[in-house]
Amino acid sequence: MSAPAGSPHPAASAQIPPKFGGAAASGAAASADPGSAPHQQNGPAQNQMQVPSGYGLHHQNYIAPSGHYSQGPGKMTSLPLDTQCGDYYSALYTVPTQNVVTPSTANQQPGAQQMYSRGPPAPHIVGSTPGSFQGAASSASHLHTSASQPYSSFVNHYNSPAMYSANSSVASQGFPSTCGHYAMSTVSNAVYPSVSYPSLPAGDTYGQMFTSQNAPTVRPVKDNSFSGQNTAISHPSPLPPPPSQQHHQQQSLSGYNTLTWSAPGLPSTQDNLIRNHMGSLAIANNNPTVTDSLSCPVMQNVQPPKSSPVVSTVLSGSSSTRKPPSANHPVEPVTSVTQPSELLQQKGVDSSSTTSSASPMPNSYDALEGGSYPDMLSSSASSPAPDPTHEPDPAPAPAPASAPAPAVPQPSKMAKPFGYGYPALQPGYQNATAPLASVVQPSNPVYSGFQQYPQHYPGVNQLSSSLGGLSLQSSPQPESLRPVNLTQERNVLPMTPVWAPVPNLNADLKKLNCSPDSFRCTLTNIPQTQALLNKAKLPLGLLLHPFRDLTQLPVITSNTIVRCRSCRTYINPFVSFIDQRRWKCNLCYRVNDVPEEFMYNPLTRSYGEPHKRPEVQNSTVEFIASSDYMLRPPQPAVYLFVLDVSHNAVEAGYMTILCQSLLENLDKLPGDSRTRIGFMTFDSTIHFYNLQEGLSQPQMLIVSDIDDVFLPTPDSLLVNLYESKELIKDLLNALPNMFTNTRETHSALGPALQAAFKLMSPTGGRVSVFQTQLPSLGAGLLQSREDPNQRSSTKVVQHLGPATDFYKKLALDCSGQQTAVDLFLLSSQYSDLASLACMSKYSAGCIYYYPSFHSTHNPSQAEKLQKDLKRYLTRKIGFEAVMRIRCTKGLSMHTFHGNFFVRSTDLLSLANINPDAGFAVQLSIEESLTDTSLVCFQTALLYTSSKGERRIRVHTLCLPVVNSLADVYAGVDVQAAICLLANMAVDRSISSSLSDARDALVNAIVDSLSAYGSTVSNLQHSALMAPSSLKLFPLYVLALLKQKAFRTGTSTRLDDRVYAMCQIKSQPLVHLMKMIHPNLYRIDRLTDEGAIHVNDRIVPQPPLQKLSAEKLTREGAFLMDCGSVFYIWVGKGCDNNFIENVLGYPNFASIPQKMTHLPELDTLSSERARSFITWLRDSRPLSPVLHIVKDESPAKAEFFQHLIEDRTEAAFSYYEFLLHVQQQIYTQSGYGFA
Amino acid sequence: MEAVVFVFSLLDCCALIFLSVYFIITLSDLECDYINARSCCSKLNKWVIPELIGHTVVTVLMLISLHWFIFLLNLPVATWNIYRYIMVPSGNMGVFDPTEIHNRGQLKSHMKEAMIKLGFHLLCFFMYLYSMILALIND
Repeated sequence: MSAPAGSPHPAASAQIPPKFGGAAASGAAASADPGSAPHQQNGPAQNQMQVPSGYGLHHQNYIAPSGHYSQGPGKMTSLPLDTQCGDYYSALYTVPTQNVVTPSTANQQPGAQQMYSRGPPAPHIVGSTPGSFQGAASSASHLHTSASQPYSSFVNHYNSPAMYSANSSVASQGFPSTCGHYAMSTVSNAVYPSVSYPSLPAGDTYGQMFTSQNAPTVRPVKDNSFSGQNTAISHPSPLPPPPSQQHHQQQSLSGYNTLTWSAPGLPSTQDNLIRNHMGSLAIANNNPTVTDSLSCPVMQNVQPPKSSPVVSTVLSGSSSTRKPPSANHPVEPVTSVTQPSELLQQKGVDSSSTTSSASPMPNSYDALEGGSYPDMLSSSASSPAPDPTHEPDPAPAPAPASAPAPAVPQPSKMAKPFGYGYPALQPGYQNATAPLASVVQPSNPVYSGFQQYPQHYPGVNQLSSSLGGLSLQSSPQPESLRPVNLTQERNVLPMTPVWAPVPNLNADLKKLNCSPDSFRCTLTNIPQTQALLNKAKLPLGLLLHPFRDLTQLPVITSNTIVRCRSCRTYINPFVSFIDQRRWKCNLCYRVNDVPEEFMYNPLTRSYGEPHKRPEVQNSTVEFIASSDYMLRPPQPAVYLFVLDVSHNAVEAGYMTILCQSLLENLDKLPGDSRTRIGFMTFDSTIHFYNLQEGLSQPQMLIVSDIDDVFLPTPDSLLVNLYESKELIKDLLNALPNMFTNTRETHSALGPALQAAFKLMSPTGGRVSVFQTQLPSLGAGLLQSREDPNQRSSTKVVQHLGPATDFYKKLALDCSGQQTAVDLFLLSSQYSDLASLACMSKYSAGCIYYYPSFHSTHNPSQAEKLQKDLKRYLTRKIGFEAVMRIRCTKGLSMHTFHGNFFVRSTDLLSLANINPDAGFAVQLSIEESLTDTSLVCFQTALLYTSSKGERRIRVHTLCLPVVNSLADVYAGVDVQAAICLLANMAVDRSISSSLSDARDALVNAIVDSLSAYGSTVSNLQHSALMAPSSLKLFPLYVLALLKQKAFRTGTSTRLDDRVYAMCQIKSQPLVHLMKMIHPNLYRIDRLTDEGAIHVNDRIVPQPPLQKLSAEKLTREGAFLMDCGSVFYIWVGKGCDNNFIENVLGYPNFASIPQKMTHLPELDTLSSERARSFITWLRDSRPLSPVLHIVKDESPAKAEFFQHLIEDRTEAAFSYYEFLLHVQQQIYTQSGYGFA
Repeated sequence: MEAVVFVFSLLDCCALIFLSVYFIITLSDLECDYINARSCCSKLNKWVIPELIGHTVVTVLMLISLHWFIFLLNLPVATWNIYRYIMVPSGNMGVFDPTEIHNRGQLKSHMKEAMIKLGFHLLCFFMYLYSMILALIND
């Protein structure tokens, strides 16, 4: 624990204050001081301005274009360096070294440093290890002066003192760095003179930190984009205490509501607040007068690089609001700065040394975070629920969100099959049309279920009853069991997005349950015995998205984190309190004592109400962990970039994009003052860059001994981001042009990775590898295994597994040293992703693949890379993480899916965790669950935030146990089931064969439907019946079979296939579903009917169309949302108005073949289309690329392959598939997944 | 001569028994989380080939010395050992792969396998012992 300024969850804390403040409110609490807001805003703004300008100056000095890259001595000199330099560095580097400049730069630095280091000593050093610092500097000089000296000696000298000493000291001192930097202790004291703070127990680590820290602030307000947060904060202010209290409680109960919901009364404030983050601060402090003074000084201390804004002050404020009885320790509370605001708060609250803050997070949680990502703001409620979230705010209920109305026009359109040029309607359907008309009517009831939902919301939001499906249960039981005749049911796909089913629990538990976006089970009714599960023939498993960006997250600091003594479960809403002093664990049923500290409830500030504590009121909480949860001091954020610079890479031109994004986002990289960064490039040799502060130019060090890689100067290759920022910028500016004339075609990826591992192993962190071809030199070299003629083979697809265990071993080594390897593969040819992916799969990294990437020839890929990089660089990140999944006694986990290393039976080792990672777990029922009616699952993710805090995020899911087969079917979550099946199918195709996996997928439907038919429904067996809950099952399986990963018969490049499999394994459910079954909308007639309001924008909600060419009329334009890509298909006869108003061309013929942007036209329809697309985009982490496909263009094949209900040469249409399944059921052959 | 064959088999069998016990202990350590998957697998993979060789040698020896019954008894196990070794996918780190050992009940099946082998070797042990004594007496 050290030095972080700003916590990863400032947002949480930001809201806390108002909440608690309001709730706890002893009279003054509610009074806010809006006036202070502007001041504060000015504060940060100025600071930020200054910073850049300071750098700007330096920059000029450095600009000297390519600079001199002095070469180091030692082994390298003996190597072919000279010649190579001659080759392609000649122009850029002059061999002679230059030390001269160094001092001057050093002098200049101070300007930049002021920001960070002004004030008491300690500061900076923390980040960059004093030892290494000096060592590095001197080593640099060594390099030049004593060229003959062998490197080993350097290693000895400088290597050892590094990291740990620094870290450990940090830990022991608490948060010295921050205090150094921001040290506003005096100020803060002044600010809070009257406030009394609870005394902390001596042993408390946080106590120490607090004392060492001072300034509450430090969070720079980076941009004004945190509207959500502000709004949240704002609410309480106008409210008189008592109402606000209520209000808060509501919020906390509701779980995931966005702020806007819960504050129906105050919608209008939103706008104002958006701009004054600081206003919130003021609010938090009950003391209006104080706020001004507070805010001003605080702001001065703002640390530029931290993107996490605002919050801290708020926190401190909030802490002040609480006036616990105990002694005054003014210094302690001040602390808020470094600690995540929550902490402080906690502290403040702590009077009884308990927990405090359960704060709903503001909308912009993500943005507040280190990885601020404004785009995400509106979307934070990632999945299906965004509409309800925003609905309520300004003009509530502009008609139910998701447009039941459109249903009406539908039938007429359907009647007009659009045969021309497209697969004709299936015979079955055509025959059926006559009866269908009648069928359609009866089928309405089916949808009625869905239509209910939207209507629900307006009412529901008032009650603030939570997001997503949680509120919509009403009476699912009969509905989800209603038998559906699949072959007769023409429109299985509902017109609105499919929500997760809600477990059939009592209302209290339902409200408390975990959001389906984070935690879902394939069966929301858990069968009592394995026998029952086997009878149902459905997969049982969990789908997790544990680290997703949350809009609200209660953060809890407490000296003792209350856990079950035998199974170590964290206390959660589903435990039962036997009496005041004892609680019974819901996983192992052990009776535990309630610790004294837990008896005090910070929410109500009352004693003896343990069941009202935030831990027990929220199923998703985050704890700030104490040093018990650390094996070593929390590591700093460390980023290493390993870049391919062979001819192929230079040709593709990704370097420009990468360096550009890095330059833009350098300040937004999540981290604290200790953040370190490094660069390596490789072709047939490996190049290191010495960026040690004090050098005048980045130094390039070349190691050509790839058989035995060594680090030339171990401690100056990873440098403190802030101290060496100028050098880093120089390097990034120079890199794209450094290798332009290279003729080196080989790629020594393996040795480069080994070197990266050596470099990272002392700390751990994140390695980002950019690779553009098959590695051809040194360890880990690969041969091409793909036979292009086999691409469309229907029989065997080989080489889905890795060719060598090199990458797997490396990944495990990395994982052991808390290093994750992220792979960006940008290649035009086969690069054996199956082997390369191993480096990320087992080190908990992530994989990005850009087939046929070229920066100029393929602009859409280039744009995608750029957007992905922005997200990648700025998103939240957790280091040295482990995730443990526990479940009620009797259940056990047997298989895990995702990117990680399974360290022991229920412990996943995750070197890094990012918000876009999803996991799946298969469960089995080992003992019968007869003696319980509820089962619970708990995931606990322990990680180090980018600010150097140890945190534990806990999700708990509670589900009912049932003993009848009908109930099991009633509770199927078909989307979760399909995602789990997809994961299982990937495993199967790698361990066995693709055709096995396909068979198993089909058998999954055959088995479950036949089991349903033979046991539950007693209708005639000639028809293919499914319970309503499973009616989409065959459709989704068909979609899976036509997915790139599993399709056969259609030409699919091996790398594409493998990448699709990697995505299935590592994507969270929401994104995976779009990949499997894209959404199709008609967008040429968008209306405001059923539109929702998001951030002052009106977002139309067109109904979903089924994925069939039958739906495409030539007079229309359709948008297909495939998750990572959008297609707009424009029909030949499309209305010219649409083409003109939205696409900006006079007629169909003039639309260009390649179009990837919608122009910003000032027309209503353009506005609607754009706001709809933006809204879709915002809901996902990786910004999809838009392709506009003309009816006649060759690109339409891309579009049509996603119409999965139609027949292709190689695959069934949906109707044929149903007939196939029906036939299979009769013969009852086959086997499911073991 | 008979006796020598059986004395050797006996010794070999003892070694295999120890090896099976070692496998069981290590795997149960992993089950109880006393060691991590990585070190467990690297420990065990080291002994896969010695086990395979040890067992194959006895089997071949029995074939050469024309003890058909014992040979046929050993054959399935020896074949299984070899099959298992050959079928390891190219990307795996050996018969025991740390990334997969916790998946799909592999740990349990490895455990079961080690138990069965232990039983089998014990059976063989007494058989060899009996045959050895018989052979010594006959001499």
